[in-house]
Amino acid sequence: MELLLEPLSYDFMVRAIVTTALAAVVCAVLSCWLVLIGWSLMGDAVSHAVLPGVVLAYIVGAPFALGALVFALIAVTLIGVVRNTSRVKEDAAIGIVFSSLFALGLVLISVTPSQTDLNHIIFGNLLGVSIPDLIQVLVLGVVAFAILILKRRDLTLYAFDPTHAHAIGLSPQRLGALLLGLLALTSVVALQTVGVVLVVAMLIIPGATAYLLTDRFSRMLVIAPVVSAACSITGIYLSYYLDTASGAMVVLTQGVVFAVVYLFSPRQGLIGTRLAKARRRKAAVLAAA
Amino acid sequence: MSAPAIAVDNVTVHYGEVLALDAASLTVDPARICGLVGMNGSGKSTLFKVIMGMIKPDAGTVRIGGQSPSKARREGGIGYVPQSEEVDWQFPLSVRDVVMMGRYGHQGFTRRASKADKAAVDEALDRVELGGYAGRQIGQLSGGQKKRAFVARGIAQGATIMLLDEPFAGVDKRSEATITRLLRELAADGCTILVSTHDLHALPQLCDEAVLLMHKVLMHGPPERVLQPENLAMAFGLDVLNRKEAG
Repeated sequence: MELLLEPLSYDFMVRAIVTTALAAVVCAVLSCWLVLIGWSLMGDAVSHAVLPGVVLAYIVGAPFALGALVFALIAVTLIGVVRNTSRVKEDAAIGIVFSSLFALGLVLISVTPSQTDLNHIIFGNLLGVSIPDLIQVLVLGVVAFAILILKRRDLTLYAFDPTHAHAIGLSPQRLGALLLGLLALTSVVALQTVGVVLVVAMLIIPGATAYLLTDRFSRMLVIAPVVSAACSITGIYLSYYLDTASGAMVVLTQGVVFAVVYLFSPRQGLIGTRLAKARRRKAAVLAAA
Repeated sequence: MSAPAIAVDNVTVHYGEVLALDAASLTVDPARICGLVGMNGSGKSTLFKVIMGMIKPDAGTVRIGGQSPSKARREGGIGYVPQSEEVDWQFPLSVRDVVMMGRYGHQGFTRRASKADKAAVDEALDRVELGGYAGRQIGQLSGGQKKRAFVARGIAQGATIMLLDEPFAGVDKRSEATITRLLRELAADGCTILVSTHDLHALPQLCDEAVLLMHKVLMHGPPERVLQPENLAMAFGLDVLNRKEAG
């Protein structure tokens, strides 16, 4: 108990835990769609490509989210243009666009006077979350979360069968754009905690973990955020006691949990399914005897 | 005389340089089952997409029950049963979830299911004899059951026009007969059905009429006549081979 409570006596730890848990939940919910549509690479791309937008927003004193949204849009448009108007395939187009934009962000950071704040965007600065940061994450996180949950059925329909969405008069293009917009928004939320480089882990691992545990999408939407929040808080505690990088520790914990589920999930796990089979065989032998 | 259920008039579609449909015209009257026959790349899928309004034709018009395709779509009139390869069968949805998607057009902003929606889904599932499979993950159905699940989605939707893309691919003979019977019942209730298929043997039992497609409509008539070998040869390009052999 002492071990759990001690870190909470520091305000910065409380803020870190609240911010991370919130970002973890929003990212995890979004990740359920990303892994099913096959947009993991797109998540990687958008989360990196928002960097110059965030830096520019910092320079002119605009909200980070605005700059991020603009550059997410630019990134997606550029990827589409390169893919559709040249022989370059989509994965290459994504790689070219996001790494170039990310590099642009790094260049902008290097020429911007106050560098301390901005370097934190790249690797995250969980323990240095200020009150205004917390409020921003809270507002954006709640907005993204609310839209995702209210529109979850449409987004799932888009992920599963966009043709049917079209056939019943919905617009798959608009739903896709909505999902991309939410991806940009969520990236900003997660920037604060684990930083640009590791956001993609928060956007992919929870959904993938949940997908191995259930074959109901509605349950994925519960499992992913719960597991992700638990991993994040565990990661912060570990980083506190082991004195390691907090953002990286959060992601590492998520990765370890995924590995365990991958091996032992009763439905899909490498070892779990074999154990279940062996148990059934044993039961059959016993029943026969 | 009411308006035809499907009226495709002189529709031309290009994909870049490639000609997919060349002034194709096709009229299907209500409550008829029409089979669409043609080889891969003959424009069958394109014709479906034009009817659903997913592709705007370069020339020509499409009317669904006398209305524009977009109006027909908004009214939930068009049901679509996709080809097996187009569906992610690992997707974590139950059969009931998929059929419920047919109701989305009738629901509010968050697509919350009402009692009426649930009743419509149950009724549709019973109609296709999948009532006992509602809780299964969709990938855990047999080939024929998968098709019926998507037909149930169209029924729950209240579709008056149903488009089926290769409904007999990967389906055994018994399921084929079940699907055929189901579609005949739907047609008897007034639903107009357009089926694209490679399975020529199934056509005479299933269809009231058949269409030979090779970028344009080569022939449209009773299945027995359309399926005459010399007519099929025309659609599948065999006449070219024959001529070469003769020469």
